Amino acid sequence: MVGVIAATCGFAALNVAAPKYLGDATDVVVDSVVGGDFDGQKLGRLLLAVALMYLGASLFSWIQGALTATAVQRLSYGLRASVEQKLHRLPSAHFDDQHRGDVLSRATNDVDNVSQALNQLLNQLIMSVLMLSGALAMMIWLSPLLALIALVSVPVSTVVTVLVARKSQAHFSEQWRSTGELHAHLEEFFTGHEVIKAFGRQDAAAATFGASNGRLFRAAARAQYVSGVVQPLMIFVANLNYIAVAVIGALQVAAGNMTIGGIQAFIQFSRLFSQPMGQIGGMLTLMQSCLASAERVFALLDAPEIPADAAAPAAGAAIRLARTPAGRIRFEAATFGYGADIPVVQDLSFSVAPGQTVAIVGHTGAGKTTVVNLLMRFYELDSGRITVDGVDIAELPRDQLRAAFGTVLQDAWLFTGSIRDNIEYGRPGASDADVTAAAQASHVDQFVRALPAGYATTIGNDGDSLSRGQRQLISIARAQLAGRSILILDEATSSVDSRTETQIRQAMATLRQGRTSLVIAHRLSTVRDADLILVMDHGRIVEQGKHLELMAADGVYTALYRDQFAGREQLEAALEPEL
Amino acid sequence: MLFSLMRRLLAAHRMTVLAIICLQLLQTTANLLLPTLNAAIIDDGIVGGNTPLIQRLGGWMAGVAALQVGAAIAAGYLGAVVAMRAGRELREELFAKVQTFSSQEIGAFGAPSLVTRATNDVTQIQSLAVLVFTMLVAAPASFIGGIILAVHQDVALSGIVVAVIPILAGLMVLIVRRLIPLYRQGQELIDRISRVLREQIIGANVIRGFVRQDHEIRRFDAANKDLTKNNLDSALLVAGMNPTIMVVVNLASVAVVWFGGHRIQAGEMRLGALTAFIAYILQILIAIMMAMYVFTTAPRAAACAERIQAVLATGTATGCPSPAAAEYPAGDTAAPAPPPAAAGTALEGTVEFRDVAFAYPGAEAPVLAGITFTAVPGTTTAVIGATGSGKSTLLNLLPRFLDLTGGSISIGGRDIRSLPLASLRGLMALVPQHSYLFSGTLAENLRMGGPAAGDTELWRVLDAAQAGDFVRSLPDGLDAPVSQGGTNFSGGQRQRLCIARALLRPAPVYVFDDSFSALDYGTDYRLRAALEPLLRTATVLVVAERVATIVDAAQILVLEDGRLAAHGTHQELMATSRTYREIAASQLVLAETP
Repeated sequence: MVGVIAATCGFAALNVAAPKYLGDATDVVVDSVVGGDFDGQKLGRLLLAVALMYLGASLFSWIQGALTATAVQRLSYGLRASVEQKLHRLPSAHFDDQHRGDVLSRATNDVDNVSQALNQLLNQLIMSVLMLSGALAMMIWLSPLLALIALVSVPVSTVVTVLVARKSQAHFSEQWRSTGELHAHLEEFFTGHEVIKAFGRQDAAAATFGASNGRLFRAAARAQYVSGVVQPLMIFVANLNYIAVAVIGALQVAAGNMTIGGIQAFIQFSRLFSQPMGQIGGMLTLMQSCLASAERVFALLDAPEIPADAAAPAAGAAIRLARTPAGRIRFEAATFGYGADIPVVQDLSFSVAPGQTVAIVGHTGAGKTTVVNLLMRFYELDSGRITVDGVDIAELPRDQLRAAFGTVLQDAWLFTGSIRDNIEYGRPGASDADVTAAAQASHVDQFVRALPAGYATTIGNDGDSLSRGQRQLISIARAQLAGRSILILDEATSSVDSRTETQIRQAMATLRQGRTSLVIAHRLSTVRDADLILVMDHGRIVEQGKHLELMAADGVYTALYRDQFAGREQLEAALEPEL
Repeated sequence: MLFSLMRRLLAAHRMTVLAIICLQLLQTTANLLLPTLNAAIIDDGIVGGNTPLIQRLGGWMAGVAALQVGAAIAAGYLGAVVAMRAGRELREELFAKVQTFSSQEIGAFGAPSLVTRATNDVTQIQSLAVLVFTMLVAAPASFIGGIILAVHQDVALSGIVVAVIPILAGLMVLIVRRLIPLYRQGQELIDRISRVLREQIIGANVIRGFVRQDHEIRRFDAANKDLTKNNLDSALLVAGMNPTIMVVVNLASVAVVWFGGHRIQAGEMRLGALTAFIAYILQILIAIMMAMYVFTTAPRAAACAERIQAVLATGTATGCPSPAAAEYPAGDTAAPAPPPAAAGTALEGTVEFRDVAFAYPGAEAPVLAGITFTAVPGTTTAVIGATGSGKSTLLNLLPRFLDLTGGSISIGGRDIRSLPLASLRGLMALVPQHSYLFSGTLAENLRMGGPAAGDTELWRVLDAAQAGDFVRSLPDGLDAPVSQGGTNFSGGQRQRLCIARALLRPAPVYVFDDSFSALDYGTDYRLRAALEPLLRTATVLVVAERVATIVDAAQILVLEDGRLAAHGTHQELMATSRTYREIAASQLVLAETP
């Protein structure tokens, strides 16, 4: 920063001084015309000095530019890094469907906008301000009267800029608002195009699109036009200034108060003076948009984080979980509610012995996923407690707790990279043999070998080259390789073809062997074979027990079972004779 | 690519563009005149001691300045309007083009990418157009004008200018040539950063579950470092550019005073010309800088133009126009069509597939081949098979979302290719595989199927679709807000709403593309029971994964690798088809327990 300012000062000083000496050189020429004697040596000396000054000025300008660029790039790098690291400290609830797009847009578009704007602003702003003050100082030194005239242009320019900016700001925000609106329309129409065509609604869609396209056009044209007025107006003010200086200066020379070289230098200064003013005016819109983005980025950076892990317990006894916990889980009156009046889950109490499979059943929105999120501390309990192997999970560092779990979620999350990288994610540094073994146990090996590049096959954007079932199998292989002692499985509701379905089922069964498993269940077999079924309704566990016990009780579970699985039984009955 | 796109876009606004060019020339000329007038003030006014002349020339200068600002503002206004209008037209063109796309073509680009192309990429082109209007006209004009006037002032001294130009041009080419690939690469690196962030946001819980935050931070850091390095490289190049140009131009002005001084001394040149000359050199410098600005902005816009052109060229370039493109020539979506309902009642609903085949353009193996069957009104025809067996493709041929490549399909005895698209689609009510709802209210979504339907009618179809109960429990009922895509409803709820929407449309043919997959078995069962009386006279086509959904169908088509593997009722197929038995068995409890 000091370097930047020093280099900028150096540049400004030399760039401001050079025209003065060039003016002196001109006076040498003028003297020769007026007085008749030409001092070629003096002219040469002066011009050499000017040339050196210009060289120096450019050198300083280059140093300043390079330093600023480096500083801005470092700043942007830091900004991107802190946004990314912030993501890992945000509560999971921050990434629900409504927020996801917004968070993404802040982390990419807004950060990008800020860093681009900073690059231009820092470079120009420092330069402009220094040039402005330097040129002003020289002008006052050359002729206070002319400087006063030039100064008049400052308030005029400021008023013009402020007036225009105030007007254009409204158009700019309207432009961005319409862009968002158009974006939303297009996304709907392109995603739902089959529906639109099937119901013959292309004309209606085109009309809606046309209307918002028109609004965007008007706002954008107005914003562009209004803000574009600043530059010509600034040039006009500068030109008027130039004329005033030329005329009044000429009269001064005629009166013998100034030299022609002085005038020439002064004219150059007044250009040096008005140019940065125009630039500052032009930067205004850039600044406005940069500020808007920066606000959004800082709001993200200031968002409340996950509370820090509890400090080492007061007693000093190191509370920790065994590297491979046995997997005994206890919920004791666990309640959670996003801080709202009505808790999402209430008073959950149950216990699981090591190696048991627990099936959680219930309608959509009953709170099944929340149970899992609480256990893994993606959400923090409002009251009650949860223990793993007798240790209160709230007292464990989160990462240590989570290292005990292997998860397979409904939407298999795969990242851009090779299939091997994706499987290895569960245990970094695993050997090829281990990866292949996990893949074989999960029915991944077969289809991967059929791919030309095998395990090195790159999974593209959103894993489009693989089917939904294959993605699911890879995420099972990942959990298999991770070899954690407690499993969280979220069975997919959407159907895949029967062969893959069978493979997924088998892979899941292999995975569950010898592990404590919590399954958000949609499969009949899982429910029937579970050691414990938790029946959830409106955030409470309304029944718990084994399949036969619960069926005998003829309560909520029986009704749910009839509703969700009876069709299967009916089919089973219909097919039984043939099989 | 960029150039031809711009030329095509601006061709429609030829007169306005011409006006802009004239205005820009006017304002540049005015700008160039000011130093000349100033030179006159010095030479004739000051040296000659003529005060009234000084004042008169000052007045002239003010007039020229006013002319300049007027021309500049007018050019700016016209430029903004033309650029934004061209942007609007480009967006319209893209939208109309995408409307004619088949599902496969939309899938190839991906909807989000198409949206980006129609918004962001068009904005880039638009900004470039603004820049071109303000700079690309003014820059050469003031460049050439500056040279001409310099020569006019003093021919010998102009040698300096002539010497400087090749140096500047050489420097410019050198820098821009290095800058363009850097900018291109930078754009790709930004994409990579966004991709990592997107993955991290979507996979937050998995990353935390496997405790891989540190790994993710490193992964991002690698991408971040690459981007920073690239940005720094291009920023340093730009940082070096201005001082280089400045030093060349400034040294030129020093040379002007040196040589000019000697020429004045020798009486070959007038004093005022010296000041004017320096002003002209400044003018030329600004022109070069403006040109550099355009040249450095252009690579990004060129990349955008390529992406836009890729969309506009789709369908026409392959020589096989997409079905709707044939229907609506030149992207005209407002092609007249008879009202669907009227056409719907006029035709009978028998659907006949005769030796139908479908292959994607350029693909070796067909997706479907040799499909022959007839579906008659009052019956249900079900299609079952593994993923990739061609089930959905088969259904997509009927409304001509995809066009068959062999055989023929007829509805009510008329070949579907002989019917206008709108009337063809008017014959069917469709529930698509992806349950898509539009932002607005529930009622608005349902009325897509029947714009004139009253509330009672809406409730009737909602109840039939097993959606009545949960809609009643919403605080706003039929006016409940729907978010884009319907994401504020669960998968099962969305499917039921889409079914209700289709039921609202009276049509001889109903098409359900895997529309029961997100429903639990009980709801599935009750829904089918409720649909039966409503669809008693219609031809129903169903794609399903679950055997349970289709046991009652009049005929079941079993697809395997795009071929019709078996065909018959559930009972017949259980007896005759191995494939069908395997599918059924795999879905049963018996097979579930290992």
